[in-house]
Amino acid sequence: MARLGAPAHAPLAWWLLGLTAFVLLPWYLPQDATLWRSMGGVFGSADSGAGLTQALRHGKPWLWMAAGALLAAGLLLQMPSGRAQGRALAAVAAFGLLGVLLAGFAIGAKGWSFAPLERAFGALGGGQAGLGLGGATTLLALLMLLGIGVARIGAFRGDAFVACAVLLCAALLLLFVVLPVLQALSAAWLDDGGAASMAAWLERSAGERVWGLGCLAGGVRCGVAWNTCFLALLTAFGTTVLGTLIALMAERGNGRGKRALQVLALLPIITPPFVVGLGLILLFGRAGLANQALEWTLGVTPSRWFYGLFGVWLAQMFAFTPIAFMIMRGVVQGISPSLEEAAQTLRADRMATFRTVTLPLLKPGLANAFLVGFIESMADFGNPIVVGGQYSVLSTDIFFAIVGAQFDQGRAAALALILTAFALAVFVIQQRLLGRASYTTVSGKGDSGVPMPLPVAVKRLCQAIALPWLVFTLVIYVFAFIGGFVRTWGRDFTPTLAHLMTAFDLQRGEHGLVWAGTAWNSLFTTVKLAALAAPLTAAIGLLMAWLLARTQFVGQRVFEFGALLAFAIPGTVLGVSYVLAFNVPPFELTGTALIIVLCFVFRNLPVGVRAGAAAFKQIDRSLDEASTMLHAGTATTLRRVVLPLLKPALAAALVYSFVRAMTTVSAVIFLVTAENELATTYIIGRVGNGDYGVALAYCSVLIVAMALAIALIQWLVGERQLGRRKDAP
Amino acid sequence: MRIQAKFVARALLACTALACVPVHAQEGGQLNVICSVQAEWCNMIQTVFAKTTGIKVNMSLKGSGEALAQLIAERANPKTDVWFGGTGDPHLQAAEQDLTLEYKSAALSQLHPWAQQQAVQSKYRTVGIYSGPLGFGYNTELIAKKKLQVPRSWADLLNPAYKGEIQVANPASSGTAYTMVATLVQMMGEDKAFDYMKSLHKNISQYTRSGTGPIKAVARGESTVSISFVHDGPGEKLQGFPVETITPMEGTGAEIGSMSIIKGARNAEAAKKFYEWALTPQAQQFGAAAHQYQLPSNKGTPIDPNVPDFKKIKFIDYDYAKYGASAERRRLIARWEKDVNSLPR
Repeated sequence: MARLGAPAHAPLAWWLLGLTAFVLLPWYLPQDATLWRSMGGVFGSADSGAGLTQALRHGKPWLWMAAGALLAAGLLLQMPSGRAQGRALAAVAAFGLLGVLLAGFAIGAKGWSFAPLERAFGALGGGQAGLGLGGATTLLALLMLLGIGVARIGAFRGDAFVACAVLLCAALLLLFVVLPVLQALSAAWLDDGGAASMAAWLERSAGERVWGLGCLAGGVRCGVAWNTCFLALLTAFGTTVLGTLIALMAERGNGRGKRALQVLALLPIITPPFVVGLGLILLFGRAGLANQALEWTLGVTPSRWFYGLFGVWLAQMFAFTPIAFMIMRGVVQGISPSLEEAAQTLRADRMATFRTVTLPLLKPGLANAFLVGFIESMADFGNPIVVGGQYSVLSTDIFFAIVGAQFDQGRAAALALILTAFALAVFVIQQRLLGRASYTTVSGKGDSGVPMPLPVAVKRLCQAIALPWLVFTLVIYVFAFIGGFVRTWGRDFTPTLAHLMTAFDLQRGEHGLVWAGTAWNSLFTTVKLAALAAPLTAAIGLLMAWLLARTQFVGQRVFEFGALLAFAIPGTVLGVSYVLAFNVPPFELTGTALIIVLCFVFRNLPVGVRAGAAAFKQIDRSLDEASTMLHAGTATTLRRVVLPLLKPALAAALVYSFVRAMTTVSAVIFLVTAENELATTYIIGRVGNGDYGVALAYCSVLIVAMALAIALIQWLVGERQLGRRKDAP
Repeated sequence: MRIQAKFVARALLACTALACVPVHAQEGGQLNVICSVQAEWCNMIQTVFAKTTGIKVNMSLKGSGEALAQLIAERANPKTDVWFGGTGDPHLQAAEQDLTLEYKSAALSQLHPWAQQQAVQSKYRTVGIYSGPLGFGYNTELIAKKKLQVPRSWADLLNPAYKGEIQVANPASSGTAYTMVATLVQMMGEDKAFDYMKSLHKNISQYTRSGTGPIKAVARGESTVSISFVHDGPGEKLQGFPVETITPMEGTGAEIGSMSIIKGARNAEAAKKFYEWALTPQAQQFGAAAHQYQLPSNKGTPIDPNVPDFKKIKFIDYDYAKYGASAERRRLIARWEKDVNSLPR
């Protein structure tokens, strides 16, 4: 059915792309030049030669496998399309792919990568560098041909687009999430000598430090695992409730200040790390304003009551409510008012309608927001470090294990495994809860209902909780802003622009403008890399969400979990695993900007997937079917029918991935180099140095930059046009 | 349609930008350094070295623990050339794990004996570039307000009057705190040292992650007393915070900030040039210029008046080789974790 109207030229186009890449693009990653420069050496140079050149002139005979596969595929495409052609095409493409990849893993920078191979086949003349644009494009083309072949055999209901999309996403996940993570986590089973050992693993994961229940019995502290779990539950619960209340107020309130509300609720997302912690310490720390006020009025001795579980919980609530808000906002918008009107015409009052119709329809959003909040809390590192006090959680313990005086990678890996197990558990529970119930409310028929205003009790609740929260947000921001423009934070409050100048000085030199400030480099790099990562994240995330919501294939759940995995893995572990996995050919990416972009993309992928998944549950399948019956192929349906309805999810994915890319710290701390410095590492460096003024001035600039970017994204994507009647004026 | 056209335009722009991103650095004549001292100091080194030699310096600022983690992760294909600064123990660990290059500098004879010993003990894979004593920092205003005595010895810190008033870093994550543990063990013997730390534990309000956390907390009034390196104090004081430092009467240890060349470095020649340059008296003055008052290792370096007078401080005979070895470190930290950190306060 899906082949109706499918473009016949797609296989040919991919084949041509593969061939062009093999002949015209540099096969390997050039060591010291940009892509433009290396194009010059495509036919001659050993560094930047194309695949053909490398195989012919530079002694890399294993590349002929790719050429052979491409040529064979070209011949096969001339055959009439059918099962036989599909089988042959799939076999040929698979051969090409596996050949290149295996050769890549087996032959490293200096020859054979593994001693047994060297013994078996003798030493090689030279090695090979990591795959570059040419290699990657050829592999992509082969992958697409594989998908087309597989579809022609009959898998994925014969839909080539779905087959290719699944294979592409699976390959990306496998390469950039599963492999590095497995490599990092496998260290949990290695003892000090490097040999596998169950005992080592047991000792690291099953000790009293991890699972002890001492605090329940009045002892000092509980195991790290319990601490993490408890905190995550509290945070998830709190952020979901708060996010829902603010979303309800924004969407169903009386509409005044809706814009302001949205802006304010989203501000915490664009806060660079540490600002929240410092602001809170300044308010509630021992020398903070609140304690000083208490001492002055009530004579209470200032103490460190804020540090610990309460402080971390508060900081995390502050940091993660906006994400819950964004998810819930889309869901609240999507609830069909006709259902509420129907309830009201059956004489239910507003409260009953809210309780029996609106709230249950919010379930997918609530569940997703809860899951995201839980996982964010578990993987959060910056807040527990700053305000955690003695309350230790898994992510801080993992960080200590890696960068501390012990450098115990095995222990870090063991703890990371526990963290992942928690994420998996919550994921499974969430699936059970949502079950197979239908939450469809956006259907093909235009909805002529008017959204019901909130019942009075709910409205009061929203205002009572959400408004003070937003005021609190504003206060923290004002503090942060002031901090960048006074001489010494906490001591000397004379206004000054000196900190801003240190970071962002602009001078007129003899040859034009001189970017004299020390922070320009990191700002430009960060914005550039985040801008590259955001559309990729959104695209892949929504594609995966579509695959999960609208198609059926074997291994779908595993697919979903793979995407979630990168999210649940703590940033430090992911960073180290990327360095370990991509330090050697065939994927030699460390020290480049590309690895940072990839880290951004795959770390933030799950939110795009989750937002898309929540949105898809609300859109009726009949829309897709109508489109297909009018002879539109799957790709066209996706582009012209589904995508416009996904605008809130798209905006959420873009905004979130851009902003998180701008504010990630722990994952990229090992990937940053002198040339590719990021804003967050610069800021953390300044903070470690005690230069709070410069750090906060930079944060202020970052906040402004991100606010502008968000406004731009919202404008680009636009609002979703849902056919809804407005209230009579 | 607007969204599609805009998206396509943006995508094209992104692709062009991607193609222009330099994949690795351009031109030869460059050096990749991990710098584990303060940012201002690092910036000075970067600028001056680049100016005097014409070699472009790419500098990455990382704490010594993070730097070691990165070097270990990169070991199959190192991207760093030189590791400058940071407390000595991670450098010794790197040497032990065969991550750094054996290199004997001509300038070794000009260095203080402790710096030369650092080089010898690591089989010339690292060298001392500065030294700083361990001591106490205290907030003068809080001391006056709470009518406390200034702590003058290790024994003073056990006074119950200081309950909840002291901060020190966590030995698992900080070289500073580990230096304290090793110092106490060498001064009192292992078991007595751990008894001392158990009693001290009652007065500690928080074990911070980084070594400079406690002195910053003291400066900002979050804590009254800190156990930290003495040279971190004057920098805070210059910013206007009421902080003073003092070294304990019974004796104390010191850190030896070190420098190493990475084995397999891509720019080995430039790395050696940098190494030699960093040991000259001129280059060693940048620490003081950046308000960091450690004692430089070259005997010919003019000493800033703010640097603590080593002759006035009672130092113990610190065995860097023994206490810098990974196995001993792990054992002591594990024992601290089990015997001290798990106790209630």
